[in-house]
Parts: sequence; structure tokens; C-alpha cells
Amino acid sequence: MLAMNYRGPYRVRVDRDAPIPEIEHPEDAIVRVLRSCICGSDLHLYHGLVPDTRVGSTFGHEFIGEVVETGSSVHKLKVGDRVMVPFNIACGKCAFCRQELYGNCHESNAQATAVGGIFGYSHTAGGYNGGQAEFVRVPYADVGPTVIPEWMDPDDAVLLTDVVPTGYQAAEMGGILPGDTVVVFGAGPIGIMAAKSAWLFGAGRVIVIDNLDYRLEFVQKFAQCEAYNFSFMEDPVEFLKKATDSLGADVCIDAVGCEATGNTLNYIMGTKLMLQGGSTTALHWAINSVKKGGIVSIVGVYGPIDALVPIGNVVNKGITIRANQASVKRLLPRLIEHVKNGVINPKEIITHRIPLEEAAEGYHIFSSKLDSCIKTVLIPPSATI
Amino acid sequence: MENNNNLPAVPSNALSEGYSHIKGWGIDADLKNDPTYPIKRRTDEERFGYTWERPAQQARDVEILTSTERNNLPAVFGTTLPPSGLSGAIRRFAFKYSESDYAHWLPLMLADRVGVAEGIISDLSRGHIPDYFNERGWGAEMEYNRKNFLLKVAAGAAVATAITALLIYRKRQKNQ
Ligand SMILES: [Zn+2]
Ligand SMILES: [Zn+2]
Repeated sequence: MLAMNYRGPYRVRVDRDAPIPEIEHPEDAIVRVLRSCICGSDLHLYHGLVPDTRVGSTFGHEFIGEVVETGSSVHKLKVGDRVMVPFNIACGKCAFCRQELYGNCHESNAQATAVGGIFGYSHTAGGYNGGQAEFVRVPYADVGPTVIPEWMDPDDAVLLTDVVPTGYQAAEMGGILPGDTVVVFGAGPIGIMAAKSAWLFGAGRVIVIDNLDYRLEFVQKFAQCEAYNFSFMEDPVEFLKKATDSLGADVCIDAVGCEATGNTLNYIMGTKLMLQGGSTTALHWAINSVKKGGIVSIVGVYGPIDALVPIGNVVNKGITIRANQASVKRLLPRLIEHVKNGVINPKEIITHRIPLEEAAEGYHIFSSKLDSCIKTVLIPPSATI
Repeated sequence: MENNNNLPAVPSNALSEGYSHIKGWGIDADLKNDPTYPIKRRTDEERFGYTWERPAQQARDVEILTSTERNNLPAVFGTTLPPSGLSGAIRRFAFKYSESDYAHWLPLMLADRVGVAEGIISDLSRGHIPDYFNERGWGAEMEYNRKNFLLKVAAGAAVATAITALLIYRKRQKNQ
């Protein structure tokens, strides 16, 4: 089968003769991929920033597909079902799954305890192959995969496996109260969804900060928010303080993570020398521009190594920090409703539809922010929809 | 197989001894006051560790490196790309240290870089020459960022010319 194959930083190819995955556990299913996305967090892998990303890995944690085989203990799914597969691999039984913390499952990742298993996301996230292939092994098939409703566009469905729930949970973790000012750092797909979702919790003002004009224009239209380019600012924190009568925003969302630009020292230490778990510039700005007593919500991906964070200001300002990988499965029922009612139109953010065979070009376009790329969907030749 | 290195035991009845002799113990402990999100769904059992009915255990037929912070294997795990070669040896070393230790993460980053070199060697040994142009997606660069592409090509050519010139110069000096 065709499968994306990581060869090292900034190098991927697509193999034609990758082995088709097999059932390895009675609760596994094999899914034929119909759509998979390249995610902003795939870029952290692509750039070689996530430890234990082994050469030969297939990435892809955002995918939908058709069930072609099920293990002996799979009862809810059957061959032929079209499913969206949450990016988290979760058992549904452990203490954390029972708390609906599906991103923190204790029965899916041997290599680390801090994070649960994630499809195609390094051995630090369990060493599973991902969906940027024609077939993928899906463990705990009765837990995560959710049958795609008949009426739903497959392009909407694939974005419900990560982008929409992560953006939504970013806003949810912000504990937004009606009328709150919400600042979102980063106008990538997750930041765009976070800005859109902030309104659903009753925000009174939504501000997005990024350094790419095309993304700012996009988010302004998609999420009906204010959007500003920080590269024209002397100091983004000062700008945001002034924009909020010197008090700061009620909620700040970090939708950037470890590859933030904007601060040279942080960038070099975090992403060039890799002396810390990534550049924490966006998180710095979030902590320093939130109101005293405010909430900082983090969904940006950081490496597991320590990172420089202005923790003194967190203490002095009485800030609450909330963060996690999204609990996709917990949020799906509500988000499916929102898509049905037209509250969120996920597929509007797709700018590129690329054949799976051209994954290397897809990665390069997204990584280098070429051709006004917001979101790329890879389509295997065997996809029937 | 379990990496059971003298783990501290989980107290079997840590809370059941009761603290009622402490005046006021627990009077404000209403779960509804707990701001943690998602609200913790505690049961009496969970504080005692593994109390859930565990899924069937996947058979371990390849080498799986396991976090020292775990006292067992998870029921399900990924089996792609078991550690091998020099990078595998470095990874095995890294997994002697816990997730809170630099000695875990920095060797893993090193192993990833070593793995890249091993990937090239294995490609070459199978007669496959790594196709950097396509693997780096430079076709897209040529299409969407032609100016930068041409600049990089020109810079590459300039560097190559300079190096060649230098080598020729040195050779001539030696021969003189
Ligand atoms: Zn993603
Ligand atoms: Zn679980």
C-alpha cells in the first residue's frame, strides 16, 4: 500500500510497497483511509523536534476511513462502516478514560506516561503508524471511532478528528464568561477554530495575533474577529494591554506551541539548539497579556523537555493555566450538532487537496506557508469519496 | 519483563483509616466546589491504583521500550519500528531514565539524528539513492516560491563553484 515515510527532518517520501497493517489485538480494526490531513503539529515531527520520531514512521493523526476488518472483540463497528477516528488512542476503561480524559489514556502508550497514544505521532506518543497511508491499524475500535452521519460531508468529518475539537476545547478550557475578551495566539487551523469557538461560550471580544497576513485575513473572515500582525508591533504584550484599557485580556489561548517565532533567544534555544521543549514565546505573551486572575489555555504542542516559562508572573498574577490534548471523543456529539446546525463549517478552512502520493510537496507547502496554505487534506488514490 | 525496580507500594487503605479525629476534616470537601475541568469523577476505588478491568493484553513480539514510570506494559501498544542499530542502542540507554530526566530526552533526540544517517545507509545498501529534491518537496518550492528557489539554487551553485575553485587552487599549489 501507499504510505508516507519520514526520512528525517524536512524529508518525507511516499512508499508504494508499505505493508498493509494487520490486527494485532482483539479490539483492533483495520481502516481504509478516505481522507487524512497534515496538521500543524505534524510539522513539529517533520522538523525533527519531537523526541523518538523514528525514521520510517508514517504520520497522520487526523483521518477518516472505511472499516475493512475487525478484531474478535469489536462489537460496535462493522466492516463497511465509515468512521471518523479521534487522534487519541483510548481504551475507554482506565481511570483517565472514565474521567473522559481520552488524551491521557493509561492503556495505549508504553513509552511515556504523560501523554496517551496518538496515531502517527512518534514513539513518545506510543509508536503507532498514522493515517497518511491507504490503510491504518485502529486500536480500541469500539471506543474512539465514530460512525460518520449520512448527511455529513467527509471533508467536515476529517476535521472533527482533531482541529475542531482542539480549537473548541481551547476555548472551553478558557472558562469564558459572557462578555469576556479572548486573545488567541496563532492563526493556524487550531487558532482559527479556537477564535470561532470563543463566541460559542459568549465572548464579547475576540482578538487573534499572528505574523502572516494571509492567515489573519482568513481568521478575520472565518471567525468574525479582530486580527493583528505582531511583526508590526514593538511589543505585542504592551499592544494587548493598551487594547484592553491596561487590564489585560480575560482569557488567553496559546494555539502555537513549540515553534513560536517572535523572540530570537527563545526561538534559538527552543527550536535551533533544542535546549528546551520548544520556543515558548506565545506562552510568554499569553501569560503576560492575560488579566490578573485570568485564565491561560494551552493547546499548542510542546516537547517534553523543560521550557522557559515566566512562572513568577503566573504566581504573582494569580493566573489559572489549563492545558491538555483535546478529549475528542467527549466533544464529538456536541460538535456534530454544531456542524449539523451550521454553527461551525469546518471544511471552509481546507485550502489544499493533494493526492497522498504528493505528501512531500504537501508538507513543504504547509511548513513554508506557501500558496496561502491554511489546511491540507491528503487523498489516497483508493479513496472512493 | 516488568521493569519492577523496587517501586514504592501503593498504600492499600490510605484513606480508610479515617481522619475524623482531626477537627473539621472534610467539611468543605464537596466535589461540587472542585473547579478542576473536566470534573473529576472519583470513585472510592481509583485512589488505589489499577482498579479498572483491564483490556486484553496485546502480545509483545517485538522489542518495546517502556517508560520507567510504568510498572507494566499498557494493554495495547504500537509495534512499528522496534529499536535497531546504533540509534536503537542509544534509545535503550535513554529508557533507563525517567520521563523527568534530561538523560531520557536528550539521548532520544541524538538517536533520532543517528537514525537519519542509518536510514540513508540502509537506502543506499538497497540500491536506493535518497531523492532529496522530491523528499524535501522542492517541486512545490519551484512552483510557489520560484524566486527563493532560484536564489537557493544560485547560492548552492556559487558555493559549489567556490569549493571546486578552492580545491583546484590547492591542488595546483601542491603540484607546484
Ligand atoms: Zn492535529
Ligand atoms: Zn484509557
